[in-house]
Amino acid sequence: MQTIYFDNNATTRVADEVFEVMQPYFCELYGNPSSMHTFGGQVGVRVREAREQVAALLGCHPGEVIFTSCGTESDSTAILGTLAAVPHRRKVITTRVEHPAVLTVCRDLENRGYHVIELGVDKQGRLDLDELESLLDDDTAIVTVMAANNETGTIFPIERIAEMVTERGITFHTDAVQIVGKVPLNLSETPIHLLSLSGHKLHAAKGVGVLYVRKGTRIAPFLLGGHQEGGRRAGTENVPGIVGLGKACELAARYMDDENTRVKALRDKLESAILAGCPDSRINGDPENRLPNTTNISFEYIEGEAILLMLDRFGICASSGSACTSGSLEPSHVLRAMGVPFTAAHGSIRYSLSRYNTEDEVDFTIEKMPQIIERLRELSPFVGQVSV
Amino acid sequence: MWEYTDKVRDHFFNPRNVGEIENADGVGEVGSLACGDALKLTFKLDKDGRIADAKFKTFGCASAIATSSVLTELIRGKTLDEAMNVTNKDIADYLGGLPEQKMHCSVMGREALEAAIANYQGGEVKKHELEGHVVCTCFGVTDVEIERVVRENDLTTVEQVTNYCKAGGGCGGCHGEIEKIIERIQGEKVAPHAPPVPRKGKKLTNIQKMQLIQQTINEQIRPALRAHGGNIELIDIEGDKVTVAFRGMCAQCHLAEFTMKDVVETKLREFVSEDIVVEEDKDSVEEGHVHKG
Repeated sequence: MQTIYFDNNATTRVADEVFEVMQPYFCELYGNPSSMHTFGGQVGVRVREAREQVAALLGCHPGEVIFTSCGTESDSTAILGTLAAVPHRRKVITTRVEHPAVLTVCRDLENRGYHVIELGVDKQGRLDLDELESLLDDDTAIVTVMAANNETGTIFPIERIAEMVTERGITFHTDAVQIVGKVPLNLSETPIHLLSLSGHKLHAAKGVGVLYVRKGTRIAPFLLGGHQEGGRRAGTENVPGIVGLGKACELAARYMDDENTRVKALRDKLESAILAGCPDSRINGDPENRLPNTTNISFEYIEGEAILLMLDRFGICASSGSACTSGSLEPSHVLRAMGVPFTAAHGSIRYSLSRYNTEDEVDFTIEKMPQIIERLRELSPFVGQVSV
Repeated sequence: MWEYTDKVRDHFFNPRNVGEIENADGVGEVGSLACGDALKLTFKLDKDGRIADAKFKTFGCASAIATSSVLTELIRGKTLDEAMNVTNKDIADYLGGLPEQKMHCSVMGREALEAAIANYQGGEVKKHELEGHVVCTCFGVTDVEIERVVRENDLTTVEQVTNYCKAGGGCGGCHGEIEKIIERIQGEKVAPHAPPVPRKGKKLTNIQKMQLIQQTINEQIRPALRAHGGNIELIDIEGDKVTVAFRGMCAQCHLAEFTMKDVVETKLREFVSEDIVVEEDKDSVEEGHVHKG
């Protein structure tokens, strides 16, 4: 059975070109980039090139790119490193819809005596920038707001937020894990201080990420040890991962148009056909400002995990904001923050596409969805009970 | 991905006895859309008082649907007395086991059965009736239900209780109370867990007391306030005087009938020391925040 992979916001396949450039760095060019000999030194050269490739995609200086082990490490470093650098400031501002890599850190800070404010969102998942502005003060150490939401694809106006925040001498961090490679960024034109990205979300390997640190930003190192990454992140480099990420960034720039035309068209086709074919379904998120590859659709009266298992039988991979899929009992904190009713939150399905998806895959899914939804609704005690 | 047995998958993909019996002798409904799963069970008796037919309709995940399907299979042909003896464990065992986090699905099946039988016997009780007092406000689970799953399934941790009946799976504010129920029932069996700081009753150093106050606020108080859109900040501790500030929506929360100060004081007295006095720091209250005492 073929696999139809519509879960690219969870992780992506490693691009063939990326895998190819990684391979020599396991068994042949295994030297340590920090070594004095030529054998290790040549590896150091490739790490430097990869840094340049990442910088080119982000529109920043290579010296502003710190390689980490994942997006989560980048987020933790950004937040905790900033707080350590400005110990007299005790206020942290974030949003209720952040990824757990940010939200859990902030909630833990609250337990350690920080004043943490989580901004709410409206029904479409949008922030109130006036509210944010009114909260900024001399006690605020950091504002951390994601660039695009992983569940709904909603894009936040981070350039505007960055200006508002940095103007007041406050550090601004953005978790850009979902947006990098999907929407063009140019960090030289925005005052963003810190930005996290993750390799495996843009067709590089798992186990490598980046924290962009704007020149002049005060941040305390997170991992102490050797002098790697300018002393800001000790630990011998994940060379194959870093080299692969460099290539992935180069490819992302090359396929940026494709992502925003062909992939977006596939997403739009999938979305509109599902909405037309399945009654009582609705889009979650802000259709105006959204990642080109993501759609999050709620199906009333049925539960997400059951839908996923039915899809799985056809080889279709997607994800759900239902409580049952996460092992927790509460449905998606993102959808709940948006005020999506429980009925719809439990039955939400996220399809996230990539440049590897084809029209045939979209058509196949469009054909299967209505029968899956209909079958589960036959089982549901709520259908017919609530007037439609 | 959940590891479901072939039996679970079979009963999910090919559920038996789907539907609703018209003019049923017994109807039982449990769960709700908000909870993420719900089950409506209907049955009809034959002339000998045995369950001739049973049908279900379920909103929920694969294991909720599979347990409902198995439930209808298990009770067919049984008398009501026999059916009453079907436990959630029987349902889970029939399926070759369920993932631990999904055990509450089997409990939902047993509750629907009881509700349906009560409906037949009493005529009126259609919904699963709440007995006892509500411990978990997020999922509306009472002490009676918690005690029962602890007894029937020999549970020893809060996490297990959450897996079996959802209690404690929301804000987490009731974990302390669930722990006490487990201790009361299981007694010796409960593994003595060494608390990171001395519990109430021992003489505390100032630093230990401060840590225990912070810990109690973090674990026992903040989660419940958070669940209702509020928050609490520890401002200062001087001797037995604890100064806190309330944030957010606590004026509108369910606890508004008490003053928030009293709630915090009660918890701190329970977990830290009888001598604790709580004061609210009015100066640091955010603008626009109206606290109705």
